[in-house]
Amino acid sequence: MVDASHDGNDLITPAAVEDVELYHPHSWWTRYVFSQDAKVIAIQYACTAIAIGLVALVLSWLMRIQLAFPGVLPFIDADRYYQFITMHGMIMVIYLLTALFLGGFGNYLIPLMVGARDMVFPYANMLSYWLYLLAVVVLVASFFTPGGPTGAGWTLYPPQAILANTPGGQQWGIILMLVSLIIFVIGFTMGGLNYVVTVLQGRTRGMTLMRLPLTVWGIFTATVMALLAFPALFVACVMMLFDRLAGTSFFMPAIVEMGEQLKHGGGSPIMFQHLFWFFGHPEVYIVALPAFGIVSDLISTHARKNIFGYRMMVWAIVIIGALSFVVWAHHMYVSGMNPYFGFFFATTTLIIAVPTAIKVYNWALTLWRGNIHLTLPMLFSLAFIVTFVNGGLTGLFLGNVVVDVPLSDTMFVVAHFHMVMGVAPILVIFGAIYHWYPKVTGRMLNEAMGQLHFWITFLGAYLIFFPMHYVGLVGVPRRYYEIGETSFVPASVHDLNVFITVVALIVGAAQMMFLFNLVWSLRHGREAGGNPWRATTLEWQTPQTPPVHGNWGKELPIVYRWAYDYSVPGAAEDFIPQNQPGTLGVTREAVA
Amino acid sequence: MSAMILFLAVIAAIIAWWLAGQGLMAKPWLEVGSVGAAGMGDGDAGGSRLPAQKIGLGVFLAVVGALFTLFISAYLMRVSTQDWWTTPVPRLLYLNTGVLFASSLCLHWAAIQAARGQLDGLRTALLAGLATALAFVTGQVFAWRQLVTAGYTLSDDAATSFFYVISGLHGLHILGGMIALARTARLAGRQDAVSPRLRLGVELCAVYWHFMLAIWLVLLALFAGWAGSVVEFCRQLIA
Repeated sequence: MVDASHDGNDLITPAAVEDVELYHPHSWWTRYVFSQDAKVIAIQYACTAIAIGLVALVLSWLMRIQLAFPGVLPFIDADRYYQFITMHGMIMVIYLLTALFLGGFGNYLIPLMVGARDMVFPYANMLSYWLYLLAVVVLVASFFTPGGPTGAGWTLYPPQAILANTPGGQQWGIILMLVSLIIFVIGFTMGGLNYVVTVLQGRTRGMTLMRLPLTVWGIFTATVMALLAFPALFVACVMMLFDRLAGTSFFMPAIVEMGEQLKHGGGSPIMFQHLFWFFGHPEVYIVALPAFGIVSDLISTHARKNIFGYRMMVWAIVIIGALSFVVWAHHMYVSGMNPYFGFFFATTTLIIAVPTAIKVYNWALTLWRGNIHLTLPMLFSLAFIVTFVNGGLTGLFLGNVVVDVPLSDTMFVVAHFHMVMGVAPILVIFGAIYHWYPKVTGRMLNEAMGQLHFWITFLGAYLIFFPMHYVGLVGVPRRYYEIGETSFVPASVHDLNVFITVVALIVGAAQMMFLFNLVWSLRHGREAGGNPWRATTLEWQTPQTPPVHGNWGKELPIVYRWAYDYSVPGAAEDFIPQNQPGTLGVTREAVA
Repeated sequence: MSAMILFLAVIAAIIAWWLAGQGLMAKPWLEVGSVGAAGMGDGDAGGSRLPAQKIGLGVFLAVVGALFTLFISAYLMRVSTQDWWTTPVPRLLYLNTGVLFASSLCLHWAAIQAARGQLDGLRTALLAGLATALAFVTGQVFAWRQLVTAGYTLSDDAATSFFYVISGLHGLHILGGMIALARTARLAGRQDAVSPRLRLGVELCAVYWHFMLAIWLVLLALFAGWAGSVVEFCRQLIA
């Protein structure tokens, strides 16, 4: 306030930000179950997301087994296969990735990284988790209803999504799917309000926007996007629910099914596609931006070097966020829309590669001449960069209308989006868990198990998805339950399918080892101490590890510098925490 | 989706305006040791001086705005197809609009009373706002019944489907707001003087009410077909 532009270290009064009143739990239930503490909510979110993610993992195994060895598992018929596809996709994209990045990492890291005691609306935050859990329960319930879950594909395109021949279409499956999504969106909105307002209002003294760690920038921008994009999913789900239950015709054209004229008529399936992808494309970046942010922090910390081009990184995040709202129709090139639209959307799609490429170059330049520690978080970060570049390059192909039209609906697309928004963000999640687990639990994860997990996952992902590009280029269509003997499919494809399936089973099994590591290290892991990675950001400077309710003891931290003071010349240590006063390395005695 | 793009452009402009004041050109690596960064307004502390609840409501209204804009986008997409005929708007809707307008005025009055610290007037205004809001929702239900008796049912054709779903969703938002308003009224009933918390609550309710009124006016214009001419005009501009 008074000393805005001078180095008035001694003049700063700590009380400039008024402290918030915290809700104090009185019983075990309000402390650990119906908790309003963002850290507990984060762990609840993460555990739920990982649990439902395991279901999706098993579903992918079953699909792969069917593709490689048709008929080996007799209970997989065509309907089941479509149900597995649908639930695998929906769970992975929404209930795992979105929930884990925003609900899990967002809840844990935002208050700690910006120096707040908690989220600004803790009660709404708690409701957010319980609505998410309810959404997951409704989703899982659809497995146990007559007819099973919906098999409409994760995009739920009408009219087939609610027709009798689609699994779950005229039964409970699609209804529960839509209801679950609606609940998820409502719950997410409550959480999202918290993340945004906490970043805006909860920052501690000295924490300007340009001193925020990039993790917070990524999660913040992704949340803003999600708040604007999820309503589109909500609207689409509500209207389809009316089509299914009340016989309206928002999306349903006049249609004859099994020789019978349905009472629908006049609706527009394309309208659903517009609404769905208006949500669906930003969703890709809702998952990617937190990953970008987290990976920037991991690379900087584990290469002991400040992030290259911090400002450019922030701008790129914001620009990617804005651009991602005007590219949605590149998912609809084959929907028969106006070709001029296709041209427009191809252009915007290619433009978005520019800020993305800036980020990749900046990561590479951060590594350049860095003091690279090949710790597990660093390994996963490096794997992410490589994988993201790979997936991004095939994205440049698919972004062009003329290339997309023949490749659309082949396994090439499957390989592309698994690489870019499946494997890449998951690698970041793993890296982030290895990085922050010591803060959450006070113990390190087991290194040997981690190394094994990394190499199997990283190499395995490539062994799975590289051949899949080739399979797609040959022309093997996606979503097919069984290819059979087809003239354009060479024998090599069948061999590759077997190979991919075997690797997928192994990679999936490696994830079980990772989960075992998470549980095992809780008790047997090496003691981590407060700041095992010698990192600068505020979450590593808490008085206790794991941080207790209220995070910061008596007084909030004051921020004197940005988050990337690594290897500063003249400083005593190779890192200077954000809350350490003084100019470069001069007042190092002041370290608490 | 043009309506939604327009809405997003407005949101983007607001965000850009806000970001412009946040020192995005700052060079944080040079600004070591001081709490405030050079060349920034009041950027020394964390957030701005507005209470978090107001910012929270603002963000929430942006989400609600996106929701209704998307419905409007879908409606406009559907209007431009061949087999569209508009549902007549029941006269009652205009009366309801008047009632909602009165409700909004009551809340505005309540906010003024709260700012002046006049508890009695505040209580009256809040109760009047609550009663008029209830009257609006009841009126909407009667308008629906009129339509149904006239033979326009939910699944009859696209225009009626849109009318029921969108006006129903708007009604649900009013009902949700009434819960918050009732809690604020209860708080006002218990207190001896206007506390800052009560004043904030009243202000938030008032903002929400004005916003829902604005949305309703847009929706009414849409249903009454006034929007059709605007859309036609826009299409001619593009073509």
